[in-house]
Formats: sequence, structure tokens, C-alpha cells
Amino acid sequence: MRHIISVLLENESGALARLVGLFAQRGYNIDSLNVAPTDDATLSRLTLVTHGNDQVIEQISKQLHKLIEVVKVSDISEAAHIERELMLVKVKASGNQREEVKRCADIFRGQIIDVTPTTYTIQLVGTSDKLDAFLQALGTTPIMEVVRSGASGIARGEKTLAL
Amino acid sequence: MTSQTKSADLARTTEMLSGAAMVIRALADEGVEYLYGYPGGAVLHIYDALFQQNKVKHVLVRHEQAATHMADAYARASGKAGVVLVTSGPGATNAVTGIATAYMDSIPMVVLTGQVMSHLIGGDAFQETDMLGISRPICKHNMSVRRPEDIPLLIKKAFHIAQSGRPGPVVLDIPKDMTMPDQKFPYHYPSDVSLRSYQPKQQGHAGQIKKAVTALLAAKKPVLYAGGGAILGKASAELTELAQLLNLPVTNTLMGLGAYPADDKQFIGMLGMHGSYEANQTMHHADLILAVGARFDDRVTNNTKKFCPDATIIHIDIDPASISKTVNAHIPIVGLVQPVLADMLALLKQKKKKLDAAALTQWWQQIEHWRNVHGGRYDTETPLLKPQYVIEQVSKITKGEAYVCSDVGQHQMFAAQYYKFNQPNRWINSGGLGTMGFGLPAAMGVKLNYPDADVVCVTGEGSIQMNIQELSTCKQYGLGVKIINLNNGYLGMVKQWQDMNYESRYASSYMDSLPDFVKLAEAYGHVGIRVTKPEELQPALERAFALKDQLVFLDIHIDPKEHVYPMQVPGGAMNDMFLSKTERT
Repeated sequence: MRHIISVLLENESGALARLVGLFAQRGYNIDSLNVAPTDDATLSRLTLVTHGNDQVIEQISKQLHKLIEVVKVSDISEAAHIERELMLVKVKASGNQREEVKRCADIFRGQIIDVTPTTYTIQLVGTSDKLDAFLQALGTTPIMEVVRSGASGIARGEKTLAL
Repeated sequence: MTSQTKSADLARTTEMLSGAAMVIRALADEGVEYLYGYPGGAVLHIYDALFQQNKVKHVLVRHEQAATHMADAYARASGKAGVVLVTSGPGATNAVTGIATAYMDSIPMVVLTGQVMSHLIGGDAFQETDMLGISRPICKHNMSVRRPEDIPLLIKKAFHIAQSGRPGPVVLDIPKDMTMPDQKFPYHYPSDVSLRSYQPKQQGHAGQIKKAVTALLAAKKPVLYAGGGAILGKASAELTELAQLLNLPVTNTLMGLGAYPADDKQFIGMLGMHGSYEANQTMHHADLILAVGARFDDRVTNNTKKFCPDATIIHIDIDPASISKTVNAHIPIVGLVQPVLADMLALLKQKKKKLDAAALTQWWQQIEHWRNVHGGRYDTETPLLKPQYVIEQVSKITKGEAYVCSDVGQHQMFAAQYYKFNQPNRWINSGGLGTMGFGLPAAMGVKLNYPDADVVCVTGEGSIQMNIQELSTCKQYGLGVKIINLNNGYLGMVKQWQDMNYESRYASSYMDSLPDFVKLAEAYGHVGIRVTKPEELQPALERAFALKDQLVFLDIHIDPKEHVYPMQVPGGAMNDMFLSKTERT
């Protein structure tokens, strides 16, 4: 099953390598990973999408927690949460297709952020599923490039993952 | 006050030291007596600082791997972190096996590795290697020095991390320019350190402890299964008291030997792949397993799907990741084993309840029956020297009180099975990584720190040659280790597997052209004794142990065909065992 794991990590060199290394060493999957400093510059927030059975996910969580630089770990997909991923897609868009791509982007509440006579670059934010659906919906439109951030997530309501 | 006058003020009241001097001084302030290492370009400033003081003494090994094993064994015997100092590049990579050995057995160790100058890092400089990258998966933590003034704090952190929680080795990488003798900084060694991201648990959860005690008291067929954590967690006394209060059968893992006294009648031997018949049977048929500081390793459980089908499992461990990793624990307790067992004891005494006496009597009758089936027997109807007999005699002559440092292979299993360990911290072996070459340096590390104790290295002609150069170090520091070389001319454990699984095709398990170990020992300035017949053993051992301060190399020629039994049948349950070359359960 798919899980979104959020990690608060000391913002130190080598900490990320240690975390990623753990997944390689122990044979855990990483479907996507994103990381950036938080409002507290000494901390990084990392969101990791992985999949596995309950036992594997429990081990991932425990092994992550064992890393000295990991401050907090939470499987945010265990409770109500919001998930967002950013995607930038560059597509061929000329002639009749131009209007069709624009319409499609509008339906998905995407924005065209760069335009040339033959291309559009579309920015889209949503759950990873929604981004997948958009790529499907583009149909025959030739896709030139796709950049995805990997999912970020946050718990709904009062619950926080902070110091 | 301006910042300039402030720092000038600080300089008047605080000692100013170079980074190199800080390294040594911090070790001294940490109470480190010995440093095991080997000099080289990147650590020359540190060695010079070492030379200019006399608090921290340095042991010069002949290969860096030996330095790590010496420090490791000191830690296993004393419970305190051992410290290693090696240079960058090959010095650091030679230490890798020793770091991994300590990591697999959760041994506290601080390894200081030299590094090229900061501005050269990443440029493929001479003797540069990414030691942080290399050591990352085989140490508890690693760090590098970025500012010389951070050295005292980083060293304090290294000891704190290495020795607390589930212990392990910590690597501190020190670029050469962090140790320049002419650049001095205020020195202050912190008395304590606290990390917001690392707060290992101490006490166990009271509710879980209560649950555990209730389950324990309801058991009809209980067993106590104690591992290396019981020794690392200094819980031997509580463990013994608890077992004796409730009359529980006790089995120790390879790493846990000595946690419960081997001579006691409640001890049913080691469990696992080469565990005793009674220990494996008791585990398999138990209705309750109290696991203390053990990790349900594959060398214990055999096939986890068939593991102890009827047992409720209580698992006490400091590392939550060890709980329910391979075998599901019904009552997990995260915490240091010593306070958890103390809490359990207090609760038991308060409840004043015991287990169902009739059920327990019946359980013990069953166990005694199992004990009589195999009972550690081996073939004595042979003119050849049996390795089991050698270990029994060593155990007798040292009254079970020696530090026994083992290499890896058949001899290790014979030592584990036949030496009577009545105290913790006396059995020193590489259980997790299974490092051949561990034994001799380990014995050296113990002998150096416990000069009055009998220190035995049980080894084989294969393992001993992996670090035999250390016989020279032994001479330099007068380390009177007794080497019991169980020489069968074969890599015995490999040969045993080839006998059992490969129709005795001995692919590269026979060693031709072995050295004359007696002459070799003599060449290094030690005493060598060869033993080829059973009747020669006793006098040779007596002579060896009478030569208190001398290293004696006993080259003992044993039956080359002997196998280690019992041995679990691969893929089976705990109690599926081969009992000899012709019998299985």
C-alpha cells in the first residue's frame, strides 16, 4: 500500500545521504522524495512516498527514527491529510491542438506559464493521481518534458509535525 | 564589551589548544586510557600532540583492522567505548571490517579517521577516500570536523552516541587542516551533551511491564531467551534474579553467553543453529518466551514461519526496530533491559505470585528429558584429539573465569558450546558479522586492559592467519595471550557445509603449506607448543597457563573430520536438528 511519510531532519550535510542510503541498504522503495528547509533554518522537512505491507512500513518508520539526525517521523497517510504535487509539463502545441491543450489545462485548473508559437509549458498542482490523470487526458498531444516534484503532505486540522 | 575584548578575555581564562591537542585532550578528559591506531600523513599533527603528553597511551598495531578489534574487545569486556585512531585513505579503509564488526554486535566504539585537507576533499587527493560515505551503512553515526573549535563537542557527541541507547561505533572524520599545530582555539570539554533528535528511551512503559508480568505468571511452559543486549545493558544480575525467582529455564544466544551462569541448573545452553538440543526443543514447545535484549536473528530462529508456534512473545529491547522485525512480539517493551527487568522484579515481588507449580514441574521434567537426549555428547572413542575436549580442558584449567576471545568458524561454536561462561563480558566473539581475524586482536585488547586475567584466543589455522602479524604487537606490549589454535588443516565450517550439502567436494577449504606455527611463534619472540595427541594436551595447557606473562601459541592438531552438532536443519523449525553425522530429529 502507498504511504506518505513526513520526516523532520536536522539540516546538516550528510543527513539526507544517510536517509536515502537507509532505503537502498534495506531494500525499501522510494516512489518519490522531496526535501527543503522549513521556517526553522536548522530543520529540513522531507516527504517520502513509499509502498509496502504494514510490517515493512513499520520497519521504515522505526529505522528512520533510529537515524541520529531524524527529529520526527510521521506516516501522514495514516490519518486525514492533504497531499500536493507540482508538475511542469512542456507539450507541443500548434494549430488546432493549441486550443485543445488550453481547454484541458483549464479543466484541471492548470496554468500555462510559458508560451512559444509551438509549445506550452503547463503548471499543475494536485494529488499525484490528479497529475497522472492530466497526463492521460493530454491524449495525443506530444509531451516534450515532464518535471514532477514528488508529493508533499500535511495533516488536516490541528495536528502538526513540528518541534 | 566588544567581541574582541571578549575573546581576549576568554583567552586569558581558557586554555588555548590546537585542534590536534584538543583531540588528545578531549580523549583524556573523557577518561580514555588507551588509543589503538596507526599513524599516517593526515594524522601526524594528532600523533605529535599524543607524543607530547602522557595521559592517553597509544598502542601501535601492525594493521588497522587489529586496532579496531582491540578497541572493540576492550568495549565488550569493560562496557566502555574503545577508541581508534587511523589515517586517511588506506588507514581508514583497513578499519572498515572492524567498524562493521562492532556495528553488527552493537559495540560502542569511537573511530577517529584522518582526512586530507578540507580544500582538497573531492579532488582525488593522495590518500583521500570518502570515509563518511564508506562508513555510513556500518556505523551508528558519523560526523566530520568543519571548524577546529568544534572538536571537543564533536568528541563528546561521539562518545555520547556510541555509548547510549543501542550502542554502536561512531566515526569522526578529521581533515588535516583542522589539527594545525600553530592555530589555537579556546578549549572547553563539555560535561554533557544533549541532542534534540536523539533521546533514547530509558524506562519501559509501565502498562506494558504490567501486561508482561501477568502473561509471565500465567505461563505453563515459559522460557527466558537472553541475548547480547542483556550483557550490553548490564542486566545480568536482574536477569538471574528474575529467572531464579520464577524457576524459569534460561537459554542464551551466542552473544548472550555469560548473561546467565552456565553452571546453574536452570541454564539449558545456547540456542539456535548450533544450540543445544534442550534449548531448541524448549523454545519450540514453549507457551511463553521472555526475550531480553535479543533480536530473533536468523541464526536463532531458523525458519521464522515455523518458529515457536505456541508462544506468546514478550520482547524487551532498547531498539524499537529490533522488535517485531523478524518475529512478531505480542508484548513489546522498549527500554533499557536493566531498569525494565528491575521493574518487573519489583512488580513480581509485590504480587507475591508464582507460576502454576504443577505445570512448571512438568515442564522441567520434559526439559530434563531433552537434556538427556544429546547433552553435548561427542565421540570419545577415537585416538584423535577432539576440539570439544580441548575446550572442556581449557574451561577447567581457567575455572571458567578466563576472557575467551574467539575467531570465527567451527572452533567458535565449540568454544561457545563447551566453555562454561559464568560471568558476563567474558565471551568475546564476532557474532553478527562473523569476522575471521577478530580473535587475536580481541584477546590483545582485553589482555592490555586486564593484565592479571587469563585471556584466551580460541582460533583455527584459517582465522589466525588473517591477523597473525599482530604477534609482533603482542611482543612490543608484552601481551601474554594464550592462543588455542584448533588446527585441522581445513576451513572447518566451510568443510562441514561441503560435507553436508556438496557431497564433500572441498572447494578451496583445504589449506596446503601451512606454516610451522611453533617456529612462527618463536620467530616473533613467543613460546610455541605443538600438541598432536590427547595425552599431550594437559601438560601443554598447564605449562602455557603457568607462563603468566608470556604469549603461548598452542598449535593443537585435532580430528580434521569433526563436525559441530547439534545443527538446525535449514528451512526447518527451531527443533529440527541434525544431532550427529547419522542422526536427526
